[in-house]
Amino acid sequence: MSTIDTLTPVLTDDWDAEQSWKLATYESRGGYEALRTALGMAPDDIVAAVKDSGLRGRGGAGFPTGMKWSFIPQDNPKPKYLVVNADESEPGTCKDTPLMMASPHTLVEGVIISSFAIRANHAFIYIRGEILHVIRRVQAAVAEAYAAGHLGKDIHGSGYDLDVVVHAGAGAYICGEETALLEGLEGRRGQPRLRPPFPAVAGLYASPTVINNVESIASVPSIISHGAEWFASMGTEKSKGYGIFSVSGHVERPGQYEAPLGITLRELLEMSGGVRHGHRLKFWTPGGSSTPLLTDEHLDVPLDFEGVAGVGSMLGTRALQVFDETTCVVRAVLRWTEFYKHESCGKCTPCREGTWWLVQTLAALERGEGSEADLDLLLDQCDNILGRSFCALGDGATSPISSSIQFFRDEYLAHLTHGGCPFDPAASTAWAGSLTGAAK
Amino acid sequence: MALSTDTLGELREIAARYPQKRSGLLPMLHLVQSSEGRVTPEGIEACAEILEISPAEVSGVATFYTMYKRKPVGDYHVGVCTNTLCAVMGGDEIFTRLKDHLDVGNDETSADGKITLEHVECNAACDYAPVVMVNWEFMDNQTPDSAVQVVDDLRAGREVRSTRGPALCTWREAERVLAGFPDGRVDEGPSAGPASLLGLGIARERGWTAPDAPAPAAVSGGDPAPAVPEERAEEPRATAESGDSTTKAAAVEEDAPTSETAAEKKEAD
Repeated sequence: MSTIDTLTPVLTDDWDAEQSWKLATYESRGGYEALRTALGMAPDDIVAAVKDSGLRGRGGAGFPTGMKWSFIPQDNPKPKYLVVNADESEPGTCKDTPLMMASPHTLVEGVIISSFAIRANHAFIYIRGEILHVIRRVQAAVAEAYAAGHLGKDIHGSGYDLDVVVHAGAGAYICGEETALLEGLEGRRGQPRLRPPFPAVAGLYASPTVINNVESIASVPSIISHGAEWFASMGTEKSKGYGIFSVSGHVERPGQYEAPLGITLRELLEMSGGVRHGHRLKFWTPGGSSTPLLTDEHLDVPLDFEGVAGVGSMLGTRALQVFDETTCVVRAVLRWTEFYKHESCGKCTPCREGTWWLVQTLAALERGEGSEADLDLLLDQCDNILGRSFCALGDGATSPISSSIQFFRDEYLAHLTHGGCPFDPAASTAWAGSLTGAAK
Repeated sequence: MALSTDTLGELREIAARYPQKRSGLLPMLHLVQSSEGRVTPEGIEACAEILEISPAEVSGVATFYTMYKRKPVGDYHVGVCTNTLCAVMGGDEIFTRLKDHLDVGNDETSADGKITLEHVECNAACDYAPVVMVNWEFMDNQTPDSAVQVVDDLRAGREVRSTRGPALCTWREAERVLAGFPDGRVDEGPSAGPASLLGLGIARERGWTAPDAPAPAAVSGGDPAPAVPEERAEEPRATAESGDSTTKAAAVEEDAPTSETAAEKKEAD
């Protein structure tokens, strides 16, 4: 087999086309051909193709997508639903947003094929409310798809009916958690549900429901067009296919890079011009703020599910936030912790109370108050949240704290000896070069 | 003040989009904000009546989500991202500068009623940090000076364009789009900003592509050669192993394990 290129644009391939968001552009580049192929297949064969491709959920957890679909009990007389999780909110994560803005039809085509596969006649795209122009583009794509007969009754004479509703959220990180999202979609406060029952059995309106991330669903047309084997020819043994890697922060050229799973930060940094001139890598998140921090020891870790898990973190959403040595890790972690406290839905005590206490303890340390024993107190607080909270939000809140203490304990202590933060926040800004007169 | 007949009709129209009408509540509250400038007691009553639930239930929802405002919002809602990455890249400095410039605190409106300033959480544009949102449109790669220029232009009634979107409309007009009533601005702005296209540009330059598709026969899906046949049985276990960590970040974005993983996890435990 020929070797695979370093970058493999599939989802991003149309983004530089003129008016890439329009149906005419999408179809001129082969769009909706996969839909025609799929409508000629047995739904179970589509599920099998997605299973065989090895596609694993692109929203962070990495659960095999085809397997998730196969859990839908087809003997259940209730309607089945497909819900797309487009509530992209994990700090650092910025892949679904440009995808939906530039190429909303890739998502819509994926929604139709996926709904057909699980035999759903109703699908919902739940988009966070804070990305207005993305919502416009997806609304328009759905309208264009209806007008072209890709949606609605008897799609292309297949006898298959599908309606799609674009639903805007209203500002709640927790609605990225799939059962909280369902609550939001049912017009309620976005608080997670107890599982089991899992959404595959009792999801939206207590009916069998598949919930998938935008990128997962958008990958489906390419699998149908080119085959499971083609998809699985990219990536690593257990992490197949391509994914969008989002590099942000203190690099020369932050941006989106679509590559086979297993690429390394070293390779991505090479393409993004490296850490900004005159500085060095201090710490980074592999997949958003809920994934434990890594350092310059981890430049060559393969960015696939197993590789990142192997060094004690998680691939998550491939949101690589890069911070250089001007950044105070305590400040960074405190800010994330304030975020989790703000976004805690309040349903369970460990997370609601625990995140509040984490902020109190961390904020005192950041001001240079307290003592070294407070680091143990912090870790103890983390212990009382991790694995004890109702959903993953509380667990995620502990990741930056425990990993930063592991790698940067001395920096916490420096705040105590210094009587406050020893860093100059101005040195970390995007315009620091011009402030200090340093060459960029 | 009672809602207009038109607004009440549109609220009913939103509810009718869904198999169960209560699902319309989030977009309905966006429409209330568009029509009334905030979530008003009358708006809550109207939603409750249409959905046949209590005003307390509607209120409970309206107070949960941060985009719903109980105080009047200015013509332009300016959100400065102060989550870690944007904060470090300069979002904190931008926010401080705007507070001083507008003489307001967080979630307050300037004396002329034009600008409501709020610090916001990560808005999914980290490759354009530091990011400011105006009425939930992207203003990428801001500096304190550029952000001051934006609010001054808005206050002076000059046209301001999103760096990756259309000319800015008012907050109330934006809320109407969120309620599901398009405003015809979809074709303004680019496909993607420069950062979104970086990887694609490098691939084009170096001639990198996804592999060629195999012959069309492989597409049938009937009995494609399974790509990873022997591993099938192991896959769920692999996921369950990462399950502890999966319980971590995992579900926060999506894809929480389904019943089988739970079973697997119990086994693993």
